[in-house]
Amino acid sequence: MYGKGILKGLGVTWKRFWETYTEDIAWVLRGKKRYFTEEGVKHRSSKDQKGIFTVQYPEEKLIQPEEARYLPFLVYNEMPDGKREVLCTSCGICAKVCPPQCIWIVRSNDPVTGRPVPEPTEFYIDADICMNCGFCAEYCPFDAIKMDHDFEIASYGRNVFNMEKLLKSSEYYKSIRPVNYAREEAARIAEAEAKKAKEAARAAAAQSAKPTGAEAATAT
Amino acid sequence: MTAPASPLTLDLVARFPGLVQTDTRPGYSGFIVEKDSLLEVAAAVRDELGFDLMTAVTGVDYPPDKMEVVYHAYRTTGGPGLVFKVQVPRVDPVEVPSLIHLYPGVDLQEREAWDLLGIKFTGHPDLRRILMWEGFEGHPLRKDWKEGFYEEDTKPFKSRWPQGQFYMAEDKNPFNDNLAFPQNFDPEKWIPEGDALLYGALARYTVKQEDGLSTDRIVINMGPHHPSTHGVFRAVMTLDGETIAGLKPVLGYLHRNHDKIGERNTFLLNMPFTDRLDYFNSMTNNFGYALAVEKLMKIPVAERAEYIRVIVSELSRIQNHLVFIGTLLNDLGAMYTPSLYAFEERELILDIFEAISGARMMCNYFRFGGVVRDIEDAEMQKIKDLVYDRLQYKTDELDRMLTENEVLLSRMKGVRMINAEDAIAYSITGPVLRAAGVPYDIRRADPYGIYDRFDFDVAVRYNGDLMDNYLIRIDEIRQSLRILDQAIKQIPQGPINSQKPAYQVRVPAGEAYGRVESPKGELGYYVVSNGKPNPWRYHVRPASFVNVTALEKISIGAKIADFVVLLAMFDMVMGECDR
Repeated sequence: MYGKGILKGLGVTWKRFWETYTEDIAWVLRGKKRYFTEEGVKHRSSKDQKGIFTVQYPEEKLIQPEEARYLPFLVYNEMPDGKREVLCTSCGICAKVCPPQCIWIVRSNDPVTGRPVPEPTEFYIDADICMNCGFCAEYCPFDAIKMDHDFEIASYGRNVFNMEKLLKSSEYYKSIRPVNYAREEAARIAEAEAKKAKEAARAAAAQSAKPTGAEAATAT
Repeated sequence: MTAPASPLTLDLVARFPGLVQTDTRPGYSGFIVEKDSLLEVAAAVRDELGFDLMTAVTGVDYPPDKMEVVYHAYRTTGGPGLVFKVQVPRVDPVEVPSLIHLYPGVDLQEREAWDLLGIKFTGHPDLRRILMWEGFEGHPLRKDWKEGFYEEDTKPFKSRWPQGQFYMAEDKNPFNDNLAFPQNFDPEKWIPEGDALLYGALARYTVKQEDGLSTDRIVINMGPHHPSTHGVFRAVMTLDGETIAGLKPVLGYLHRNHDKIGERNTFLLNMPFTDRLDYFNSMTNNFGYALAVEKLMKIPVAERAEYIRVIVSELSRIQNHLVFIGTLLNDLGAMYTPSLYAFEERELILDIFEAISGARMMCNYFRFGGVVRDIEDAEMQKIKDLVYDRLQYKTDELDRMLTENEVLLSRMKGVRMINAEDAIAYSITGPVLRAAGVPYDIRRADPYGIYDRFDFDVAVRYNGDLMDNYLIRIDEIRQSLRILDQAIKQIPQGPINSQKPAYQVRVPAGEAYGRVESPKGELGYYVVSNGKPNPWRYHVRPASFVNVTALEKISIGAKIADFVVLLAMFDMVMGECDR
C-alpha cells in the first residue's frame, strides 16, 4: 500500500509526542516534579528519557560533570590571617604548554636578595584566545591553575583576565571538583608526611651519629 | 578492477633501475622516483602492483635546495601502503608532472600543494589556487613565508615568560604590517581575477545547437552561504535546463592554515588543534594524530587505553552518523523532526565525552601512549546503559521512521551517485566508497590500534545510489555497536598511558603517516620530524576535502534538485575540508 511507510514513520513521531504527556502524568502520580528540578534534568539526560528532551535553559541547566572545563583560574589558599597564599610559583610551564599562547606571566626578582620571587607579579590570560584545552591545568606541577565550570561568560568586549580576575579560592575549587581536590589533597598530605618522616629520620640519624658509635649501634 | 596483489612491491628499484631509489634517510621509508619517470612509475604502481587508491599527495619544503612531493598509495584489497616521493630543486618554478590522468583523485590535492607550497604540477588542466584567494602573494607553507602577526618561528614564544607583559597582537602589529601583497597592489582597485578563471574552467556558457538556435547555459553559484551546504562551501555550476553541465567546488572560506599552525606548535600542542578539524569527531581526529606521532616515537600504547580509544571512536562514529541522517533529512525537506531525534542520542553520547574528557566536542582526549583520563566506573556504566539499553533500540526506531518512507524512497532510490571504478579512481574513502560496492574499511584493510581483535563486518552496499549511501550509515551504526559491545566486555584494568606525563616529548627524526577510518573516510596525518620539539611538516589528509574531488564527476548529468542530496552524502564538515 502506498503511504504505508509514511504512516509507519508517523507512528514513531506520534508515540514520541504522547510519551511526553504519559511521562508527565507518571511523574505527577509519583508525586515528583519533572521540570525545574535537578532530578528531572538528570532523568532527561539519562538513558531512560522518553518524550520531551529539552532542558529549559536558563531556568534549568544541564548538570555539569566534574571534569567539565571552560576557562582556567588560579587557585589561592585563604590563610588564617586573611592573607592569600597564591599557589602559583610562576614556573612558566602553563605558558609554555599553552597551544594558542594566551598566558603571559611576569616574574620579578626580590629587590633585596636579587633572587626570583616565586609568586607571579602579574598573570594574564587572554580569554578570547584561550581554546579551553586544559593543558595548563593538566601539566601544572603545583595544582595552581585549574579549569573553571563557569560557562556564562559572553561579553561585549575583549576579555583579558588579570590576577584579580583569575584568582579563586581553594574552597571554590573544592566545591566544583570535590573528587579531584580530595585526590590532590591526599597526595599533598602523603608528600608532607613523607617529607616529615624523612626529616625525622635524618634528625634521628644525626642525633644518633653524635653519641658514641656503640650506643647508636645497639639502639638500632 | 584491481590487479591481484603481486610480490613486486619491493622490486620497484629493480623494475626501474636508475630511476627509482630506496629512501635511505633515517626514519624515512619508501622510494624516491626521478621526476621525469614519475608518470611511468606511477602507472606501474597502479597497474602492475595494484595500488589503485591514491590517498594522500602532499609536498614538503626542505630549504635551501629541494622540495619533495610525497605520494601515499594503497590497495583497495587491503594491506600496507606504498610511499614514493619526487625530489625537485627548490628553484621557481618548481615543477612536477601531474598524476591527474592516472589518478583523478589527486586533483584537489595537487591544487592544494600548488597553492600552499608553490609546486607546479605540469599537465594539470586547472591548476588554480584553492584555499587561498587569487591574488594572494606567496605560498604560505614554504619555510621562508611569514604570516601576519608573526612573532617567532616556533612555540613557546619567548615573550610569554618570564617577562610576559601582555599586549594585544593588533596593537603591536597594526593592520597591513607584516602582510605581503603583490607589487603595486591597491585593494581599492583590485578586481578579483579568480572568478574569471573559475568561470573559464567551467563548460562554455553558450552552446550552439544543431538547429541553429544558441542556448545560454545558466551559471548558478550555490553558497558560500547556503543552508544545505553545511558551512561555507560554494559550488559554481552551469546548468543546461535542469541538468548540471559543469561544476567546480570553491573551497577555502574557512581556511586557517592548520598545517602551518601545526608546524609552529610542539607535537603535544597540536592535539587540541586536531579537535577543530572535523568538529563532530574530535575523538577520531585525536586518534589519527596520536597514531602518527606514536609511530615516529616508536612507543607502545597502554592496553586499557587501546580499548578506551576504540570505545570513544566508535561512540563518535555513532553520533556522527546519527547527525548525518538527521541533517540529510533536513536537506531533503523533512525539517527538524528527524534531526532533533538524532541529536537526542548525540547529546547523551556527548554527555559521556564531557564526563571523561571535560568537553563535549573539543575533547583533546588522546595523549601519546594512551589517553589523558581514565573512564571511571560511573561513566562506564553510562556507556553500557547507552550501548545495551538505548542506542540499538533508537537506531531501529530511526530506521522504522525513515527507511520505508515513500517520499524518501522516491527522492533517493535509483539516483546515481558513483560507481566503484570511479569512486576508487577519485580516491573516495569512507561510507561513500563502501556504498558503491567496495568493502574498503581501514579498520579491516590496514588495522590500526586493536581493531584486528574485534569481530565486525565491513558494511557494504552495492547499488551506489543515494538510498545505499543512507542505508550504509545505519549499517555502520549497528556494526559500531557490535564493536562497542566487545570492547566493553574485554576492556582490562590497568594504566591508561604507557608514558609518563610530559609536556615536551622527544620525537626522533623521520616521517610517519597515521591514518584512521574516520566516520567520513580516511583521515591521515603525515608528520615529518627533524628531531626538534616542533614537527618539520604536519599535513592533514582530510576525508571531506579529498572526497569532494569527485563532486564534479558525480554531479555532471544529475539534476539540480538532486545536487543538495548528492552533496549531503559526502557528510562534509568545512572545518576539516578547508583546514
